[in-house]
Amino acid sequence: MKVLVAVKRVVDYNVKIRVKADKTGVETANVKFSMNPFDEIAVEQAVRLKEAGTATEVVVVSIGPAQAQETIRTALAMGADRGIHVQTDAEVQPLAVAKLLKAIVANENPTLVIVGKQAIDDDCSQTGQMLAALLGWSQGTFASKVDLKDGTVAVTREVDGGLETVDLKLPAIVTTDLRLNEPRYASLPNIMKAKKKPIDATTAEALGVDIASRLITLKVEEPAKRQGGKKVGSIAELVDKLKNEARVI
Amino acid sequence: MALLVIAEHANSELKAATLNVVTAAKEIGGEIHVLVAGSNAKPAAEAAAKVAGVSKVLLADAPIYEHRLAEDLAALVVKLAPGYSHVLAPATTSGKNFLPRVAALLDVAQISDISAVVSPDTFVRPIYAGNALATVQSKDATKIITVRGTGFAAADATGGSAGIETIEAAPSSGLSTFVSQELSKSERPELTSARVIISGGRGMQNGENFKLLEEVADKLGAAVGASRAAVDAGFVPNDYQVGQTGKIVAPELYVAVGISGAIQHLAGMKDSKVIVAINKDEEAPIFQIADYGVVGDLFKLVPELSAELDKVK
Ligand SMILES: Cc1cc2nc3c(=O)[nH]c(=O)nc-3n(C[C@H](O)[C@H](O)[C@H](O)COP(=O)(O)OP(=O)(O)OC[C@H]3O[C@@H](n4cnc5c(N)ncnc54)[C@H](O)[C@@H]3O)c2cc1C
Ligand SMILES: Nc1ncnc2c1ncn2[C@@H]1O[C@H](COP(=O)(O)O)[C@@H](O)[C@H]1O
Repeated sequence: MKVLVAVKRVVDYNVKIRVKADKTGVETANVKFSMNPFDEIAVEQAVRLKEAGTATEVVVVSIGPAQAQETIRTALAMGADRGIHVQTDAEVQPLAVAKLLKAIVANENPTLVIVGKQAIDDDCSQTGQMLAALLGWSQGTFASKVDLKDGTVAVTREVDGGLETVDLKLPAIVTTDLRLNEPRYASLPNIMKAKKKPIDATTAEALGVDIASRLITLKVEEPAKRQGGKKVGSIAELVDKLKNEARVI
Repeated sequence: MALLVIAEHANSELKAATLNVVTAAKEIGGEIHVLVAGSNAKPAAEAAAKVAGVSKVLLADAPIYEHRLAEDLAALVVKLAPGYSHVLAPATTSGKNFLPRVAALLDVAQISDISAVVSPDTFVRPIYAGNALATVQSKDATKIITVRGTGFAAADATGGSAGIETIEAAPSSGLSTFVSQELSKSERPELTSARVIISGGRGMQNGENFKLLEEVADKLGAAVGASRAAVDAGFVPNDYQVGQTGKIVAPELYVAVGISGAIQHLAGMKDSKVIVAINKDEEAPIFQIADYGVVGDLFKLVPELSAELDKVK
């Protein structure tokens, strides 16, 4: 069984982002980038399936600029077998990502595709569901447990009220939530080994996919700043302020 | 053309999240229809018919919709979509699950998590954990939108008298089946609609200690939430998580206890009206956004808070 994982290169989750003065976007020059944290969880899950003997091959895909290759290398160092880089400097929105992934799925024929539940830059939470729709496959979003069986996969999902388990017909799409696993750090020998693993390069044109944006960003602004920072000396003072100043209790 | 709101409901009742979506639909403008897809969901449909501003309720009542599996629900919405200018659902785990599927089947880019309406084709949505606000314009014929509840006031649950039209279920996809659910039971209000929330973080040390917060919550009629660290450590269930990748809340009062204030947590609560922080580290970032900070040991301060509330009530 082949597993395909999609990994996105995003501004590192520790970076305090700054909005550009001309309001066209956020500052990305001299900013640390990393693999989207949910995608690390996706890679980890796929590698565990391989280690358990359930998966035979783990293929990672990243869509983005030349540096997306570094993100693929990180996944290879974690244990994925090979990479596919769809090179583009354009903004690629979730619907276009899903179409590109669909084209790759047609070439690769995986039984399971694992993606993150959300990219922490655009916060869209769309790609996995869209890919499932385009392929006519089942979907298990926000997974905290994935249990592969013969022909089906049971996915436990983190939902607003608690947990829900669904049985999906394979092939299927799974999107990862935080509690699915704790991703490993790549060891130095594995980082060295990853340098020799193959990465195929392709483009949207070669895959026959129109990636033009459907949503036009008119402007990006900073949200209103909160006036905080006041401290009170005691709980009695706090309760008094909440009652008589803020009037919320 | 009319707008279609996909109701969030539990068959026997309409969920509050639907009401915020109705308000977003009103701001866009047009006749508002609400789809209730469920099983034995007549009570939810009747509640939707009473919501002020709703002019028609579509009820698809069939066993396949009992758990609103994305594959089956999306197929139904796709069938209805051609009659509508906008299709909206709340940005809950349910809305996030099925609506992108609808969008892809219609070859439309979804606009996720809108927090404001600028015009019928232009919307504001937070990106980068709410550290930036993007104004985006859709070029698609049908706008497919999930709505952030905290961006829109709840529509009145009463005052409307819409008709209920029963519609056919779409054929089942047979792709997925519901197995089981483990829902957190609580007498307290739901996090996303609570007026007051008290949340605990890693500083709580264990799940047992959340009792301290529950005691205060009971006195304030509050919901109890948590940081990711507290959920990951198993102190409380996943559905307590507030933040960028958990629930987005904006109560009148949010009390953060033993929470440092990472941007991912702030993303979920910084629009609260009043924020209180209790933390022993006076440098903790949570204090920068707190209206009232108290520096000290939570194991001393939270019981004190509980006692003090008895005095003022
Ligand atoms: C992809 C991704 C998504 C994430 N999504 C979320 C999310 O949705 N929500 C979220 O919350 N986090 C999220 N996080 C995690 C976030 O980055 C932080 O790690 C997390 O919020 C920290 O939780 P915490 O404040 O409870 O723990 P810590 O940062 O460890 O803080 C604990 C605090 O408790 C205080 N404390 C300890 N003991 C006491 C005591 N006795 N009395 C008083 N104070 C005490 C300490 O001073 C400290 O400030 C996400 C991270 C990633 C990478
Ligand atoms: N450019 C990309 N390259 C590879 N994977 C992506 C890309 N964009 C999104 N994804 C995948 O889709 C998931 C959800 O992204 P989104 O729908 O943008 O929130 C991510 O966690 C990735 O797994």
